[in-house]
Amino acid sequence: METERSKLGSFLFNRSVQGVFYQLITLGLVALGIYYIVTNTARNMLERGLASGFHFLGVESQFDIGMTLIEYSPTSTYFDSFIVGLLNTLLVAGIGILFATIIGFTVGIMRLSSNWLIAKIAEAYVEILRNIPLLLQIFFWYFAVLRALPKPKQSLEIYDSFFLNNRGLFIPDTVFGEGSSIIFYLLWLTIIISIGIFIWAKRRQNRTGERFPAFYVSTALILGTFFISLAATGFPVSFEYPELKGFNFKGGIKLIPELVALTFALAMYTASFIAEVVRGGIMAVSKGQTEAAKSVGLKQNLILRLIIIPQALRVIVPPLTNQYLNLTKNSSLAAAIAYPDLVLVFAGTALMQTGQAIEIIGMVMGVYLFLSLFTSLIMNLFNRFMKVDGER
Amino acid sequence: MSTTNKEIGPPVIELGAMGWLRKNLFSNWYNSSLTIFGLYLLYILIPPLVNWIFLDANFVGSTRDDCTSEGACWIFIQQNIKLIFYGLYPTEELWRINFVYLILFISGVYLLIPNLKHKGWVGAFLLIIFPIICVIMLSGGLGLEAVETRLWGGLFLTLVIAGVGIVLSLPIGVMLALGRRSKLPVVSILCTIFIEIWRGVPLITVLFMASNMFPLFMPEGVNFDKLIRALIGVMFFSAAYLAEVVRGGLQAMPKGQYEASQAVGLTYWRMMALVILPQSLKMVIPAIIGSFIAIFKDTTLVLVIGLFDFLGIIQFVGTNPDWLGFSHEGYVFAAAVFWVFCYAMSWYSQRLEKKLDTGR
Repeated sequence: METERSKLGSFLFNRSVQGVFYQLITLGLVALGIYYIVTNTARNMLERGLASGFHFLGVESQFDIGMTLIEYSPTSTYFDSFIVGLLNTLLVAGIGILFATIIGFTVGIMRLSSNWLIAKIAEAYVEILRNIPLLLQIFFWYFAVLRALPKPKQSLEIYDSFFLNNRGLFIPDTVFGEGSSIIFYLLWLTIIISIGIFIWAKRRQNRTGERFPAFYVSTALILGTFFISLAATGFPVSFEYPELKGFNFKGGIKLIPELVALTFALAMYTASFIAEVVRGGIMAVSKGQTEAAKSVGLKQNLILRLIIIPQALRVIVPPLTNQYLNLTKNSSLAAAIAYPDLVLVFAGTALMQTGQAIEIIGMVMGVYLFLSLFTSLIMNLFNRFMKVDGER
Repeated sequence: MSTTNKEIGPPVIELGAMGWLRKNLFSNWYNSSLTIFGLYLLYILIPPLVNWIFLDANFVGSTRDDCTSEGACWIFIQQNIKLIFYGLYPTEELWRINFVYLILFISGVYLLIPNLKHKGWVGAFLLIIFPIICVIMLSGGLGLEAVETRLWGGLFLTLVIAGVGIVLSLPIGVMLALGRRSKLPVVSILCTIFIEIWRGVPLITVLFMASNMFPLFMPEGVNFDKLIRALIGVMFFSAAYLAEVVRGGLQAMPKGQYEASQAVGLTYWRMMALVILPQSLKMVIPAIIGSFIAIFKDTTLVLVIGLFDFLGIIQFVGTNPDWLGFSHEGYVFAAAVFWVFCYAMSWYSQRLEKKLDTGR
């Protein structure tokens, strides 16, 4: 009797038995919750006459989209509208990331400037922009700035080639004439040669310790070949400038005001976070590194290029990609100013028309989820690659 | 020896106003040109802004015709102040909101004044009794007239969403973080999946989901209020972010703390509640407040599902035919209010960080 009870006791109070027990309970509760939601949903959908599944993707969408990067018309399918929205999202994210990086690095370095005024201006930029909601900034640029711009006839212009008015931003388009393909081939060739030069220079430096100005040589090679080939083929590349015809501009590339406002707001806002990332990264390089580099006689620009930047980048890159990801996710705010991104086109219009809430929101969330997980995968690889031996 | 000294010359003065200017603004030609560029930038930005906001602005009047001068028309804000702060909440019931603000203000001030007794009780009151008071006072009950949530709006609604999001997401976030670090694989995997899904998608899709999909999930007849659906979305979204912040704190705890508490025979929950969490939460306070600031800014997104929060109501007021064309004033005012809230939070977090710094 006594031994049996203690056996039972030791079974009940065994750590691993308890663990299995708790896990079974958790699993059971989650399964119950999912079952509850699924049955409710199935019944609700049946009542509303909604068929589940992805058949709707092949159906004609019957709505038009204001800005498309691929062929699209109301006779295209819902799947086409999904692709159009996705491409528009990627476009705004791409341009936004480019500008956010440029502004962010500039402001971040400005904040570390020994010049008091410049550092304070950069600090003010960061503190103001990152404490105001992004949506408010988007509204400001869209409704208060771009919508209030003059009509096409009184456009703001730069050198007769860039025009900004309430219809959008008009920029010159590049036109490639005959013979321009050879220039591209030469460009690719010189880029490959330059990579070769870099590898060779690195090997030679490892072997002999002598430095070779690979950067200047390859820049000269690429630009030189480019311009010479341009001249030799008689400048087949030309620009098509936007021109005022009647009430609007013709020619060139038209960027709709929604795109301009969204990109601008996203870039300015994210730049304030990137600036902090950059500042943190540079400050994380210990002062001893600079002093050691000085004491072995490196010049100031070499210290920056060879000692500080490589070490700072290891700290900067992971949070930087995080900011890129945030920018991409934040581009979904486009829906509030009617820029036709994935959320507006697919989770907005298409959802309204078909009522397939679960499939559509699932697909949209899936896209963002994929981007997030993909980025963190790349980041993990990067971290493994950048890890210095002997570091924890 | 004396010749060398002469060649070097006397050291440049680094004291006093002139010395400071020389050292920080005009140390060489490069720095001087940067300074001049900076001054120019300020010159083209600041004076027009100051003129527009203060010097040329209109403060007195009651209609748009009173806005005669060039600058901002603050009469627009003045005339719509009730809408902007309280939304469509019935005027005769506004004292209820103000009463809640008053309680919050008094207890907040009490907590901020250093060296007062019974702070724990005040904190407990704020976390446990105050929310109940809020629900009764704001939505009605106990003899108070019911006010539907569709009448809620303005800064008041923003504070409600942010407040509920912040207060509820922290405990959920802590539980998720503990779950993710749990040794039980099922718990840890479920928590990880939950956290990563919410963190991987934009808030706007979460809100779309809350307004379009939640009704499908519920059994017949159960219909959640739109505001509650949005609150649930915001709550889970910010809980996932907080979970990662808290997990960072848990990971930073030295292993000895875990081992020591196990050695004195504490159970898992007592170890967490008494030893690990107090220390690790303290470590990540700045990051937690950073998340709170993010939640506060993100509440503006509820306008896409048709709730009129602070920004939403300012957009709405701007479409009133009597006040068309004053969007600049609206946005600048909204930006200023948001900025004050967010900056105050980050300032407080910096202060707290210094105060709690145990010098480790």
